Amino acid sequence: MPFFAPGEDPGANFPDLLRRIGLESTALNAAYDAVALGVPHATTCVALRYDNGVVMAGDRRATAGNLISHRTMEKVVQADRHSGVAIAGSAGPAMEMVRLFQLQLEHYEKVEGSSLSLEGKANQLSAMVRGNLPAAMQGMVVVPIFAGYDLIRATGRLWDFDATGGRYEERDHVATGSGSLQASTVIKVGYRGDLSRDEAVDLAARSIWEAADTDSATGGPDALRGIYPVVAAIDADGWTRLDDSDLADRYGRIVREVNDRSEPR
Amino acid sequence: MSMPFYVAPEQMMKDRADYARKGIARGRALVAMRYTDGIVIVAENASETLRKVSEIYDRIAFAGVGKYNEFDQLRVAGIRAADLKGFQYSRDDVDARSLANSYAQMLGNIFTHEMKPMEVEILVAEVGPDGAGDQMFHILYDGTVVDERNYAAIGGDAESIRMRLADQWEDAMGIAAAINVGVAVLSGGEREIPAADLEVATLSRSNGRRCFERVTESDLEPLLSDG
Repeated sequence: MPFFAPGEDPGANFPDLLRRIGLESTALNAAYDAVALGVPHATTCVALRYDNGVVMAGDRRATAGNLISHRTMEKVVQADRHSGVAIAGSAGPAMEMVRLFQLQLEHYEKVEGSSLSLEGKANQLSAMVRGNLPAAMQGMVVVPIFAGYDLIRATGRLWDFDATGGRYEERDHVATGSGSLQASTVIKVGYRGDLSRDEAVDLAARSIWEAADTDSATGGPDALRGIYPVVAAIDADGWTRLDDSDLADRYGRIVREVNDRSEPR
Repeated sequence: MSMPFYVAPEQMMKDRADYARKGIARGRALVAMRYTDGIVIVAENASETLRKVSEIYDRIAFAGVGKYNEFDQLRVAGIRAADLKGFQYSRDDVDARSLANSYAQMLGNIFTHEMKPMEVEILVAEVGPDGAGDQMFHILYDGTVVDERNYAAIGGDAESIRMRLADQWEDAMGIAAAINVGVAVLSGGEREIPAADLEVATLSRSNGRRCFERVTESDLEPLLSDG
């Protein structure tokens, strides 16, 4: 059972606790070539604000070079009750980072008896991305999006990050990963300040569709296997992930629309 | 050089135990018991912010009586041990029994080797997937571990509270009934404990991954009148 002298105590900081116990993972800092290792990469994720919160969405595909290595990866995950994190980049370090981040938020909440503020959570994630910098230099880049509902300001907020841990708060929407160009264009065109939750979900679903249409590393909805992008909404009541049946309906509508559009003349 | 006075080990242990017991007896007691959906912990605590009952892990809660700073240290150490274990292995590998053993070891060590023993008694409770898996461990200031099946009482006057619990506790009580029994055995029917002086929390199976939940004062009042 870990016990510390007053000056040595890591407080509510879980990564610091890992360091002091000697459990910090050093493997990520070793020199290796990400391309030669053929590690899977995760791709398109988006987040946008609507009137009462934020919607996050991400495709399910992971690729290693030209191969699809996973079809059911979850890149958009719940961080805690009122926030979520979406990850693009090298799948291994990204997933480990998310796990540590989730744990840190919960650890803080339990030790301190209250949650971190949303901004505090974004800062914490920024420090973790920065910690990954040596690995990023070897090609293991991790670039997350962080979004959540700010209980203090009563609004949805979102951030994106760069590989050095740079933290940028965005006003309306943000996209990351190889399909981000297409996805953010779709959102940009369809975005209004007063979107309802339903409209925001449709727009996010549509942005993943268009990204998958053009970017080979992004997976679209897979009706054959019943695999749909992860779409979640976060508002004052917390995180809600949309059902696959709901997404199947929405993508069904998009398919019909695209069909009508390309009717042969 | 003067020789230190010889003190018989029996006497030394007895003195330390008396010291710890005296500290614990000064504070208010708390009880924990099984109910239909898990385990409920009812504590008498006038403070809104300095908690006696708190969450350790998904299915595990901690309750302490005695000196606040000492059991709070133990609480944080428990959260750390549980989170580290869950991080290293899996969330399923974190259990109350091994946590209770670590606590016992630590308290035992402090009792024999440190200047003064900790003036605390703690309770580690865990809910299983069904009622059969519910467990409670009562750990004393000297590291003694007692495992309790259905109910536990710790703190000042715990002996008579436990006797009242033996009378009043029944299997398969609802949450309101269990809280009312908890308040009744704490007060002994001799005095009224206002809702503001109660700290109530549950480990309930139906609460999702993190079973721990505090019952706020506004939720508590209807439950108290319900009984």
